[in-house]
Amino acid sequence: MEGQNVEELLAKAERDEAEKLQRITVHKELELEFDLGNLLALDRNPPTGLRHAGPTQEAELRALARDNTQLLINQLWQLPTERVEEALVARLPEPTTRLPREKPVPRPRPLTRWQQFARLKGIRPKKKTNLVWDEVSGQWRRRWGYQRARDDTKEWLIEVPGNADPMEDQFAKRIQAKKERVAKNELNRLRNLARAHKIQLPSATGMHPTGHQSKEELGRAMQVARVSTASVGRFQERLPKEKAPRGSGKKRKFQPLFGDFAAEKKSQLEMLRVMNSKKPQMDVTRATNKQMREEDQEEAAKRRKMSQKGKRKGGRQGPGSKRKGGPPSQGGKRKGGLGGKMNSAPPALGGRRKGGQHHGGKRRK
Amino acid sequence: MRPLTEEETRVMFEKIAKYIGENLQLLVDRPDGTYCFRLHNDRVYYVSEKILKLAANISGDKLVSLGTCFGKFTKTHKFRLHITALDYLAPYAKYKVWIKPGAEQSFLYGNHVLKSGLGRITENTSQYQGVVVYSMADIPLIQVNVMITSPGRGTWLAP
Repeated sequence: MEGQNVEELLAKAERDEAEKLQRITVHKELELEFDLGNLLALDRNPPTGLRHAGPTQEAELRALARDNTQLLINQLWQLPTERVEEALVARLPEPTTRLPREKPVPRPRPLTRWQQFARLKGIRPKKKTNLVWDEVSGQWRRRWGYQRARDDTKEWLIEVPGNADPMEDQFAKRIQAKKERVAKNELNRLRNLARAHKIQLPSATGMHPTGHQSKEELGRAMQVARVSTASVGRFQERLPKEKAPRGSGKKRKFQPLFGDFAAEKKSQLEMLRVMNSKKPQMDVTRATNKQMREEDQEEAAKRRKMSQKGKRKGGRQGPGSKRKGGPPSQGGKRKGGLGGKMNSAPPALGGRRKGGQHHGGKRRK
Repeated sequence: MRPLTEEETRVMFEKIAKYIGENLQLLVDRPDGTYCFRLHNDRVYYVSEKILKLAANISGDKLVSLGTCFGKFTKTHKFRLHITALDYLAPYAKYKVWIKPGAEQSFLYGNHVLKSGLGRITENTSQYQGVVVYSMADIPLIQVNVMITSPGRGTWLAP
């Protein structure tokens, strides 16, 4: 008996193995092409099973997807693995399929001013050596840049030229000239950039005080000065009588006059649709008022019946539940859950409101 | 002259929808031609595409009006509907009120309409509903916004 059990167990184990193997191995007529760098598996087998059957191909499609994914995973398991921060990771090879461009080709930039001039004059860039022999320091130095060969700001002795003011500081003059050249270069670079990207450089045309400026120009200059702080003018106080300038906001952009009429129509119809869908299908006010009117009528009818029968038992019992304006639940129908204490009605309702009195009476259905 | 912005269109549609409701899409999307709304000097004009193209050739300061003026935007960007919109609103009106010939003159000179002067009225008209007022000969007179009911509930005008 034990032997039988063991045999059964072994058979079961063998069957399980076979099943697992069957699940893992997939038989395909044509081998799949793999691009593991992109995790891509390309199946060139003709999809015979999918052509003839009707619209619902769910089961076949799913089986196909499972098979192909299994093959891809099998390939992935054969890759060399490594350990990265306690996780076992497969190293993917380089992708072989070339993916198309994500963004469009960059458009050619417009030529800078120098390039235009050079092209016009036919000036070609001369080939120059990188290093120049510097006599003063006795070594090869670069042509331009850090520790360059002939840096006139670094000279320790400058002769005062004959026509210059003896009190003038020649060293400071050279440093100043260099700063101006650097600033000019930077300005030209920014201008070229602005031309390339078709944006306007913020100009400083009216900002230098000349003494002949109009009131508007001075106002504009003042505004620019006010905004030219580190906090972009947020903490600048105004003088007691200074007024905020008009028209200093961003200029609005409108749609063109003849734009696409169909698109305009479509957007308007869409807006109308949204507007109509937002309106409540049932007007809550009307519903409550209707409800209250019906109740009143019923009550009046009942009272009339009571008075006809002539029963008066020391105080009215029947219509003991005083009606109050209470908001019904969303469908306008009153459900049993609203029984008991009612909150006071919201002011939007046109019905009567009994200010805060609570009656413990039963609510009629 | 420019097209309306989203915000302005929304405000205007909300106002017009008070009178004609969802029939507004028949104004926007017409089978017999492309009509559009354009803003000129704070006034909204309802104009066909043909006329619009002609009007574009006139400079803005010389252009007085084009198409049909539906109304204008006030300084605080609220939309005020004008009587010139009546020809387009009257056919699509949801709630109509007819006044008797006797009360018609009095109404046209600015007085209120008493209940006795009311000829017909579409049913289920609620209080404060926007309506178009007609004379007994089915001539639209004006679109009004306020309808006052007699006090107390249980009258024929109650909601």
